Amino acid sequence: MNELSLYILDLVQNSIEAGASLVKIEIAEDLKEDLFTITIEDNGRGIPQDVIDKVTDPFYTTRKTRKVGLGLSLAKQLAMDCEGSFTIERLEKGTKIVLKMKHSHIDRPPLGNITETLLALINGAPDLDFKFCYKKDRNEFIFDTRSIRDILGDDIPLNTLSVLDFIRGQLESGLSNLTGGVNNR
Amino acid sequence: MIKSIQELEEIRKKALEELEFRKQHGEGIRIVVGMATCGIAAGARPVMLKFVEEIQKRNLKNVTVVQTGCIGLCKYEPIVEVYEPNKEKVTYVKMTPEKVLKVVAEHLVNGKPVYEYTIGYEENKEANN
Repeated sequence: MNELSLYILDLVQNSIEAGASLVKIEIAEDLKEDLFTITIEDNGRGIPQDVIDKVTDPFYTTRKTRKVGLGLSLAKQLAMDCEGSFTIERLEKGTKIVLKMKHSHIDRPPLGNITETLLALINGAPDLDFKFCYKKDRNEFIFDTRSIRDILGDDIPLNTLSVLDFIRGQLESGLSNLTGGVNNR
Repeated sequence: MIKSIQELEEIRKKALEELEFRKQHGEGIRIVVGMATCGIAAGARPVMLKFVEEIQKRNLKNVTVVQTGCIGLCKYEPIVEVYEPNKEKVTYVKMTPEKVLKVVAEHLVNGKPVYEYTIGYEENKEANN
């Protein structure tokens, strides 16, 4: 995968499968410390402690369609390739994944189209809430589907086409403010 | 950041119309996109969003786009399944946003599946090689 936003899309699928109702996604770019950090936290059913050490092994999977599990192992490999770290932690309720990379590392993929990742997630899991936070040095952009639900009311699913279009607009303008109009870096 | 109240009222009204239509006409066509690691790596995200975009552009109110996990045929990803009421499922393989345009126009609008993009066609081609 050549975009970090695709890794995020992939990792959040685990949260959806785990029956989460809220997924927090945080991207933090810290140029001073030369760090690029992605944090994904959900309130799903969590991973049993005896399994948590095995999940980044590509030859461990709970799925039945094939014998390998690639999502978490690919993310860990990426962190290692970029002189970073990968941790997966069992919370009281849910799971937290932290993927750190050296920001300037030559093998670090660009963030890519994070708007598309969020839209694909919201369209695919309209009952879930997503809190997205993007920190870039001292600036930050926060987007929370709960604030949209508050305004539109609970009777309108977020994957209604006109709502998705509205969300796209919100994300695009918020992100371009943050990055000064330069995306995908 | 939040747009004007008027604009949101407008969105709410449109969304309610969409919902009302779905309620009255029951389950219409369902587009299912495989979004496991294999699908995502092969390019499922732009395929899914192209369907959403085209459906909105053409105002196809009876179509929904949903996602599923690994279908088990990773080498054919991105895979898209089209479920129409009272018809056999059509499985499209190795999808791209460009192919989506044709599927929407010919299959969803005109009711004729695009055979060259289906798994049946792909498997035949491989068998003959």
